[in-house]
Amino acid sequence: MTMLPAAPSPRRLGLVIDLDTCVGCQACVVACKEWNTGGYGAPLADEQAYGAGPSGTWLNRVHGFEAGSGADGRMVHFPKSCLHCENAHCVTVCPTGASFKRASDGIVLVDEDKCIGCGLCAWACPYGARELDGQAGVMKKCTLCVDRIGAADLPESEREPACVRTCPTTARHFGDLADPDSKVSRLVAERGGFDLMAELGYRPTNKYLPPRPGRRSEGRADSELEDASPNGGFLGWLDKVLS
Amino acid sequence: MQPAPSLLLFSTLSGAGYGLLFVLALTVLLGIVPPAPLAGLLGLGTALVMITAGLLTSLGHLRRKERAWRAISQWRSSWLSREGVAALLTFLPAGLLALFWVLDGRAPWPLALLTAAGAAATVFCTGMIYQSLPPIPRWHQPTTTPVYLCLALATGSVLAALLAGPWVEPALPAFHLLALLTLPLAWAVKWWGWRSGDAAAPVATIGSATGLAGFGKVRLLEPPHTSSNYLMKEMGFRVARKHAAKLRHIALVLGLAVPWLLILVATWAPSPWFAVLLTALAAAATLTGTLVERWLFFAEAKHTMSLYYGEQAA
Ligand code: SF4
Ligand code: SF4
Repeated sequence: MTMLPAAPSPRRLGLVIDLDTCVGCQACVVACKEWNTGGYGAPLADEQAYGAGPSGTWLNRVHGFEAGSGADGRMVHFPKSCLHCENAHCVTVCPTGASFKRASDGIVLVDEDKCIGCGLCAWACPYGARELDGQAGVMKKCTLCVDRIGAADLPESEREPACVRTCPTTARHFGDLADPDSKVSRLVAERGGFDLMAELGYRPTNKYLPPRPGRRSEGRADSELEDASPNGGFLGWLDKVLS
Repeated sequence: MQPAPSLLLFSTLSGAGYGLLFVLALTVLLGIVPPAPLAGLLGLGTALVMITAGLLTSLGHLRRKERAWRAISQWRSSWLSREGVAALLTFLPAGLLALFWVLDGRAPWPLALLTAAGAAATVFCTGMIYQSLPPIPRWHQPTTTPVYLCLALATGSVLAALLAGPWVEPALPAFHLLALLTLPLAWAVKWWGWRSGDAAAPVATIGSATGLAGFGKVRLLEPPHTSSNYLMKEMGFRVARKHAAKLRHIALVLGLAVPWLLILVATWAPSPWFAVLLTALAAAATLTGTLVERWLFFAEAKHTMSLYYGEQAA
């Protein structure tokens, strides 16, 4: 059923991504691919993996942007996957009912057995979060690891999406954004979390935390190096000669 | 956007077919032309063949064709689904109308009315599929659906002049006159669409797509992967933009100027066969011009997704 749920879901599960601490290591990209190629739906395509023009399906990709220039310029690593929008046109345009948004927690999913691979939902997503699988011929997108976050055989602490579990800098957070007291909602409030392309009106659930202002190196680069001469010996002599 | 041949052919062929169906059903309904059996056979026959061929071509766009039947299920929310429903439903009155018209020389008005309405509704849905997509600003504007409707009407009128015209003999060459009116109308709406698309401010920028505008100029430094992907091939198509102006002129010349002049001459042609020849050339030209227009419609359209792959504004 491709009508969006009539009422906002009681829970709104999603990710909060910290653009300040992401180091662009691509660990989440690989963890996502590996978990999902063996999980929900058909495996994720890898075509000509060792050929001249490799291509494949990825549900999460990390882009690298440069923001500002000169001394104030910074490199921002930018992970992007489906944002599980409230106003998800990708769902309503689907002619078959393969795409749907869960009324209980707002997760946007594709029922691959119904998908005809028309690609219209990928056109309807402003964020480029859906990829038509080159081998299975069905639409692929982030499932928020539905087969992980609800897996009864995993210990409670591991019931989170593979990307969140894997991130070495804890730049990715998972939780209920409908609950104002959840860890993710508090992070959004404290750090000024924002929507991507809010002007398009898709009302994404996932939020991004901006890079902290100022420069990391401030107050450190100019400080004096310590004096080695009080220690005496050869290094002390060298220090005195050279300074 | 990638101009997929299956989609260009579909909307051009089916569009002209529905236009032809609409023109025949409406003119006979209004009593402008009589339901002459040969006109029905050639006119309605060609329309139904073109529509069917177009619909079958569009199936080529689906990766899992065996499930295509599922696409008629979500008419409550999806324009693509509505298009499928409208297309299938239209076959019913159109097929019956063709039978009555060809075998009996009659065109019962309820069938003619339903046929015309079904044809218009189907093309309307086609236009709305594109117009309803906010991430593609060039499509998401009020002229998109009118252009689909008007071009279907214009190409349909030219085909009606070619196929049905010679077999009905009203005092006026009704179909030729209709073509002379609808061709300029359709391309005027298209021209307006091009102009408003060019003038429109971007709906989003790389700054709003990343939320980094506050830090200054944003540019893509590292794409996520070293090679291309589905998104870049499907929605990052940019080959055409360089030649857009030239191709627009080609579309206007082939789609409007050439067929309009040919049809004008055809209305005065001394021999009926010479008129048919001129009208046939007009039909070939305007269908080719429409195909160029469809190609540009895709090739010129930018998707906001491309902001994550290096575009500055979309
Ligand atoms: S990010 Fe794209 S695919 Fe995900 S819910 Fe929003 S519109 Fe749909
Ligand atoms: S590609 Fe599949 S999920 Fe997407 S709109 Fe088409 S049928 Fe629906």
